[in-house]
Amino acid sequence: MADSSGNDAFVEFERVQKSYDGESLVVKDLNLTMPKGEFLTMLGPSGSGKTTCLMMLAGFETATHGDIRLGGTSINNIPPHKRGIGMVFQNYALFPHMTIAENLSFPLEVRKIGKSDREEKVKRALDMVEMGAFGGRRPAQLSGGQQQRIALARALVFEPELVLMDEPLGALDKQLREKMQFEITDLAHRLGITVVYVTHDQTEALTMSDRVAVFDDGRIQQLAPPDQLYEEPENSFVAQFIGENNTLEGTIKEIKGGLAVVQLDDGGLIDCTPVNVSQVGERTRVSIRPERVEFNKDRMQEGAHTLKAEVLEFIYMGDIFRTRLRVAGNDEFIVKTRNAPDQVRLKPGEQIEIGWLPQDCRALDAA
Amino acid sequence: MADETANGPVLSADGTPLKRSLNKALRAQKMRALMLIAPLLIFVLVTFIAPIASMLFRSVENQIVSNTLPLTVTSLKEWDSKSGEMPDEQVYEDLFFDLFLAAEAKEHTKLGTRLNYEKTGVSSLFRQSGRKLDDIGEVYQDPLEDLNEAWEDGSVWYELMSGEGAGNDDLLESTVERFNQLTRSDSGTDIGFVPGVAITSILPKTARAYTAFAVFTVVADEDVVAEEDPWEAVYAALALDLMADGTADAISGYSGPQAELLKEAAANVDMFPQPDFRAAFLDLDEDWGDIENWTTFQTYSPRYTNGYFLNAVDLQKTPDGFEARPENQQIYILLFKRTIFMSLVITASCIILGYPVAWILANLPMRTANLLMILVLLPFWTSLLVRTSAWKVMLQQQGVINDVLVWLGMVADDGRLVMINNQFGTIVAMTHILLPFMILPMYSVMQTINPTYLRAAKSLGATNWTAFWRVYFPQSVPGIGAGSILVFILSIGYYITPEIVGGTTGTFISNRIAYHISSSLNWGLAAALGTILFAVVLILYWAYDRIVGIDNVKLG
Repeated sequence: MADSSGNDAFVEFERVQKSYDGESLVVKDLNLTMPKGEFLTMLGPSGSGKTTCLMMLAGFETATHGDIRLGGTSINNIPPHKRGIGMVFQNYALFPHMTIAENLSFPLEVRKIGKSDREEKVKRALDMVEMGAFGGRRPAQLSGGQQQRIALARALVFEPELVLMDEPLGALDKQLREKMQFEITDLAHRLGITVVYVTHDQTEALTMSDRVAVFDDGRIQQLAPPDQLYEEPENSFVAQFIGENNTLEGTIKEIKGGLAVVQLDDGGLIDCTPVNVSQVGERTRVSIRPERVEFNKDRMQEGAHTLKAEVLEFIYMGDIFRTRLRVAGNDEFIVKTRNAPDQVRLKPGEQIEIGWLPQDCRALDAA
Repeated sequence: MADETANGPVLSADGTPLKRSLNKALRAQKMRALMLIAPLLIFVLVTFIAPIASMLFRSVENQIVSNTLPLTVTSLKEWDSKSGEMPDEQVYEDLFFDLFLAAEAKEHTKLGTRLNYEKTGVSSLFRQSGRKLDDIGEVYQDPLEDLNEAWEDGSVWYELMSGEGAGNDDLLESTVERFNQLTRSDSGTDIGFVPGVAITSILPKTARAYTAFAVFTVVADEDVVAEEDPWEAVYAALALDLMADGTADAISGYSGPQAELLKEAAANVDMFPQPDFRAAFLDLDEDWGDIENWTTFQTYSPRYTNGYFLNAVDLQKTPDGFEARPENQQIYILLFKRTIFMSLVITASCIILGYPVAWILANLPMRTANLLMILVLLPFWTSLLVRTSAWKVMLQQQGVINDVLVWLGMVADDGRLVMINNQFGTIVAMTHILLPFMILPMYSVMQTINPTYLRAAKSLGATNWTAFWRVYFPQSVPGIGAGSILVFILSIGYYITPEIVGGTTGTFISNRIAYHISSSLNWGLAAALGTILFAVVLILYWAYDRIVGIDNVKLG
């Protein structure tokens, strides 16, 4: 999905800043536009400002500076209960003293919707998350996954156009989380709602989102669809944060024809795709995804650059093999290979040659 | 390994039944737990539970009447209080002997005090009559001593009453037991005197009176029986025995010690005046002829009574059951109602004042909250008496608040508000004193309410007020419940504050209980009032459990 133009922007952050103590900024100059119907994930380590952004959008925090717009109108001064934004909280925040049906009925009651309408909407919302039989129970009587569904149904029952989710799957076990990831995206697309989703789990971000905004240090480091984010990280932080990544430190020797020659710290030279480096002599961090490294000569692609490597460790992980190598002085160089019948199992101590295509090898900032 | 003994009990590895080895393993734990709580348990049992139980027992206990006047109580049973006539001679005769012993043991005044709770004037009746009982006995003593000076000699009496041959241990035992009950002591029967069986059958009343005298002499006075002159009551008993039908015949066949002396007295039985104990008592005090007094004695004869409880709910005991007390004596129902009403008002004020404070405490950052918590707890570090007295200074008519109001011109100098020594003063002071007990449980419950709930409610479209009222408040109810129970139960039994600032209209039932414990010494009534108060609290607690559910109450 391409960057959306200003015209169909549904959610907009413009030059938003946030400070809690008047001394340091938690959110520094945030600019973001979202079209209607998009599933956008804010991803980042804790303290990166992603939750603060979500809270500003929900209205629980006020922006210190800048403008937040929803459907074209500024919502800076609209209290949360008038924003009409659905929200799913990290710990679900289901009201413990109400039954499930009462929980779902609550947003409808405060909107003064008639009783029969209410009952029907509650029923429909419960059916939507396949929890129709649980209306009379209390939240404490449900499992984590069931509570999650109810929280989702409650955020959707009053038919908001925008739904915010704050690490909603954080408390679930792995299997349930994967199932719910699918259910949430499926539901969001079916209902055509716009979702802003906050998580620190990159797998979750990649599998669920239309676009991912990677946060760090109060800024969006990169805003892109998952594939682009993974394959074409724009800086070292994104490359490190998203997926597994091998880095080799070096200096730019020359840049020409869309390729950069990097002299690694042990003296070897490699060709890379320059991303955010421009000057010869600049320090750089070269990033290569572990699954793009090849050591089988037969499969080595044309034009691949090769380096010598020593096998340090071989880990059998079932579907893949994970091999740790020493490459150009880096002991943590990882190679991932698919478990196939003809795949070679390397032994520690073996000397091999590894190689990759220059376009898989990105020269990024050294920060 | 699955259990292979499908048809028998599951066995542990060494073959003993699993249940037994589990119990054995747990018993050590239980014993250790018991040992750990034992010091506190024993302390509480000895210093708290046991005194309370014995105090509550006093609310029905009435043994003092039958212990002090055992013979009278028995003979009075026959008397019909509605006949309009005084009890017969036998009752007065028994009263004489009962009262004589009680007066010697100085127990008659206690009985008088006890019966005075039920009928005014009985106390002085008993006290004054007790001093003059000797006069009644002397009437019989003098002619006997005139007849033969040997009757003045204690050792002669001792020989006569000891007799020869077998001793009457039963009479001795029962007399000692009676004496023990009367004086609440625990003496043995080893007193150096046993009434003879033969002489007891000839002179039963004398034997009874002399044995009582002997027991008293040895146990209470720690003297030797043979060296002491008998009481006037013993002479009276002898006179009665001698005048009884058949006694002369029995004496003529008697050959024990001092038989001659006895025969001489029997021969001169005409020297005694005709016994009339009723007249003698009426002569002492004409209130002994008051049928109402006797009705009271009869009504309160049984060992256990509901009289205190009836009294505690403004009723009084009558021979047929009970009836309402005269209007001007009805006080306890009013006091109970007032106590409950004021406790409710105090509880409500504490909720209203405490809730916002607890809310702020729960929602402030930890540092600030802790600082404010110290302010909440500050009153605990000040003596209760000081705080209450401070309110007296604040609220009195020449006090701080009135001065300020007068200075501001809101109140005229001659129309200063009366804010102390009434219900208002009690409510203000007690609300202040009990407020921390409301704030603390509320605070601890509110602390556990996640602020996300409020955010969730607002994100769902609720206004601040709706979010509070529909989402926050219901979750804080357990705190209110815990605080309310605490404050209500504390205030319903509160004593010091209403005593100091309550005046006459602001006192509680506890002040009345304290009065009966320390001033009027009517412990039975105090115990009955206390028992009722205890029951009221239990009933309210039960009702609360049924309505709110005690497991919904959280203290932290």
